[in-house]
Amino acid sequence: MTTGYGRMLRKEDQRFVRGQGTYVDDVHLPGMLYGAVLRSPHPHARIASIDTVAAEAHPKVKAVITGETLKERNLAWMPTLSGDTQAVLATDKVRFQGQEVAFVVAEDHYAARDALELIDVEYEPLPAVADARRALDPDAPLVRDDLEGNTSNHIFDWESGDAERTDQVFRDAEITVSQDMLYPRVHPAPLETCGIVADFNRVSGKLTVWATSQAPHAHRTLYAMVSGVPEHKIRVVSPDIGGGFGNKVPIYPGYLCAITGSMLTGRSVKWVEDRSENLMSTCFARDFHMRGELAASRDGTIRAVRVTVLADHGAFNGAAQPTKYPAGFFGVFTGSYDLEAAHCQVTAVYTNKAPGGVAYSCSFRITEAVYLVERMVDVLAFELNIDPAELRMRNLLRPEQFPYTCQTGWVYDSGDYPKTLRLAMDMAGYEKLRKEQQAERARGHLIGIGVSFFTEAVGAGPRKHMDILGIGMADGVELRVHPTGTAVLRISVQSQGQGHETTFAQIVAEELGLSPDDVEVVHGDTDRTPFGLGTYGSRSTPVSGAATAIVARKVRERARIVAAAMLEADPGDLDWADGRWFVKGDPDSGRTIGQIAMAAHSSLELPEGVEGQLDAICVYNPPNLTYPFGAYICVVDVDPGTGKVTVRRFIAVDDCGVRINPMIVEGQVHGGLADGIGMALMENIAFDTDGNCLGGSFMDYLLPTSLECPSWELGATVTPSPHHPIGAKGVGESATVGSPPAVVNAVIDALRPYRVRHADMPLTPAQVWRAIQGRPFRTDLAIS
Amino acid sequence: MTIRVAVTVNGREYARDVEPRLLLIHFLRDELGLTGSHWGCDTSNCGSCVVWLDQRPVKACTVLAAMADGRSVRTVEDLERDGQLDPVQQGFIECHGLQCGFCTPGMMMTARWLLDRDPDPAEAEIREVLSGQVCRCTGYENIVRSVRWAAEHAEGTPK
Repeated sequence: MTTGYGRMLRKEDQRFVRGQGTYVDDVHLPGMLYGAVLRSPHPHARIASIDTVAAEAHPKVKAVITGETLKERNLAWMPTLSGDTQAVLATDKVRFQGQEVAFVVAEDHYAARDALELIDVEYEPLPAVADARRALDPDAPLVRDDLEGNTSNHIFDWESGDAERTDQVFRDAEITVSQDMLYPRVHPAPLETCGIVADFNRVSGKLTVWATSQAPHAHRTLYAMVSGVPEHKIRVVSPDIGGGFGNKVPIYPGYLCAITGSMLTGRSVKWVEDRSENLMSTCFARDFHMRGELAASRDGTIRAVRVTVLADHGAFNGAAQPTKYPAGFFGVFTGSYDLEAAHCQVTAVYTNKAPGGVAYSCSFRITEAVYLVERMVDVLAFELNIDPAELRMRNLLRPEQFPYTCQTGWVYDSGDYPKTLRLAMDMAGYEKLRKEQQAERARGHLIGIGVSFFTEAVGAGPRKHMDILGIGMADGVELRVHPTGTAVLRISVQSQGQGHETTFAQIVAEELGLSPDDVEVVHGDTDRTPFGLGTYGSRSTPVSGAATAIVARKVRERARIVAAAMLEADPGDLDWADGRWFVKGDPDSGRTIGQIAMAAHSSLELPEGVEGQLDAICVYNPPNLTYPFGAYICVVDVDPGTGKVTVRRFIAVDDCGVRINPMIVEGQVHGGLADGIGMALMENIAFDTDGNCLGGSFMDYLLPTSLECPSWELGATVTPSPHHPIGAKGVGESATVGSPPAVVNAVIDALRPYRVRHADMPLTPAQVWRAIQGRPFRTDLAIS
Repeated sequence: MTIRVAVTVNGREYARDVEPRLLLIHFLRDELGLTGSHWGCDTSNCGSCVVWLDQRPVKACTVLAAMADGRSVRTVEDLERDGQLDPVQQGFIECHGLQCGFCTPGMMMTARWLLDRDPDPAEAEIREVLSGQVCRCTGYENIVRSVRWAAEHAEGTPK
């Protein structure tokens, strides 16, 4: 019975279209105060003094908090998700432009901002290091002199694969290619910025926060570790979240300041950052300086890949990666290809730039890995003069190779890659497009056709391998079935627009033969939901979706025993079909979950071992990641006079396994494709060499609009995950991961007549024009 | 210092004494409790705050409340009338034109304005009109479809 899966309109839309969503900034408590953060104008400076007297004298100011105030409470520094420490409010020096220096609590938002102007901070500016490639120079300014014994800007080295074997293949190879490339610093920039309402009750000792959090339970644990408030006295509510994309995974200094402000004043405190604060101080993404190398045969057989990476983590290592994976899942840089060897080496450094490095729909840095390998395949195609789609087809993993252990040890669960690429090529009319391209080139028109093929690894993750700050990445779920046969599902993952209230209801409905309308999904409140690690890395469906299917099956098995009692049969003699348990061979005898639930609550004499009720809980510890994949083809027009790129078509064929709600899946893909166009063509947070941020507002940090995006052409193949209970794989980030290389490959392909082999993102008109001239920019730094 | 602002919002008259610098978006949200309109960027780029001022869409983050004195404002809360959704609202539901919902009220207000001027807009026109607003979730495709859906179901428009 398929009551559950399929296109279903979203339950949550009813409130959103009426303007009745409740975002953090919509929370209003009686007597609530407002906070504002004073930020450093300097990228690097020693703090000589902070004078708050005038601010405190402001008639509407209730408290002024500095690092010294926090020090008394042991809150001046906080742990990051990577086990580093980050200043909540700077006490010794500021290490990036926009760093938090002081916090004002006032009667209204405007007064709080006014009072910031009254704080007098004396800075002694220091030389800054904004160029990651200079961060390890012996004379580079030392960013982290707070770390005991630290003498350099080095954070970690991490490697993966077999260096020796890879070197051997490279020595033997008929052809090798090498290319330096930057994945520039970009920002998730959800339209709702980050914020919190903190309410500490002095009498009960209970701290309640309404926060923009993608991971409410993880945040509660961290608050308990940092603030000294015991975990059972903390309630984190994530109401409606206006987009996350990874930006709302970490805990930010403003949150702790608002909590402290509430503790100091005894009143609730709201703090919502403005757009510049969001772009300049919260977690960015990427900033990976990569050198890729491929070893191949002349016939186009790719034999090995070698990568070296310089990762810019900014002033504090705030990346949210599983502990054993400091460079995230970059280890899947082997891509979708059958290789003999692979090796990567990642070195991370501190710079005087904003901290982070987690986010923006990246699947734990698979975005960077896919970009690297898909750009390299095109570089090889360029050198061998082989069609890039053909080159991929020759090297893709074949269906019979799954499960496939790649050269860095990741076990790809399932796939039929050639079928997916072929479908994309057919949808695009690939061969015809190539002919058109030739004809147009002859007339001086630049058309580019870009191909990418990606494999993701999502659904973190298996507990024995994956934890964040020691907390394993398993998810709990609870399912209650009421006597009248409706149900409430409680989940730990946190929608930021993904439609969990609909999708998760559909999973329960599918398993129990209920209508999705009869399943209420509760999320976003740690007092009302079981523990779990939250929504990022496309993990909701792979982890909590699996937990939901399993808990529903537990309920179904309990129902079987009760149904057996109702039917006076042995449980083993019952079959389940069409939402009913019935005696084998007698479908008319069936009992629905609703009928069974009523019986389980009734005076019916229950069988031995059945406690009554059907409710169940489950904690799902995934046995492996899931590996969604896809083939993307982008067609662009480039104006050789201005360098302007227009995306004419975008064909995306995704295989994310079983699709619970195809409408929602397609929506996720649409959004990711727009992200990809943004990153490939527009988005960039650059710095000048002094460390000044050049992407601090939407005037400078450009986002794609309806005019930059084409009408997407989507296709699907379905290869179920063999180990996921419903065969689903997760899709939230697939398009963000897969689309940037397709766009860049298309633009570079368009520039073929100019023999351009590579130019770094974003491919703005200026960058494309410079590439045509044979001298593309470095895009991370503005060098005058 | 405060000034008196008298404004008709969604057909209802309000008068408040406010700071001259108060932005219209904050007036609507904080003074009147109409939180359906959102604040997203400060620089008139994102359009999360779009409302109508005298029948025209404006970005309420760069309009002073004082500038609305004596004028009329319409917000997302006024799209539904007598329990009947505007076809634009229904279109966004039918075509999955929203995900996180944050940009949605602004998008819908602009879409309603467009359809009032041109009941049968082509896709290119819809894209042009919405290009002053940003959506981070949908890639715009389904927003365009939503507006087309509304155009094709205009008979349901509340009066």
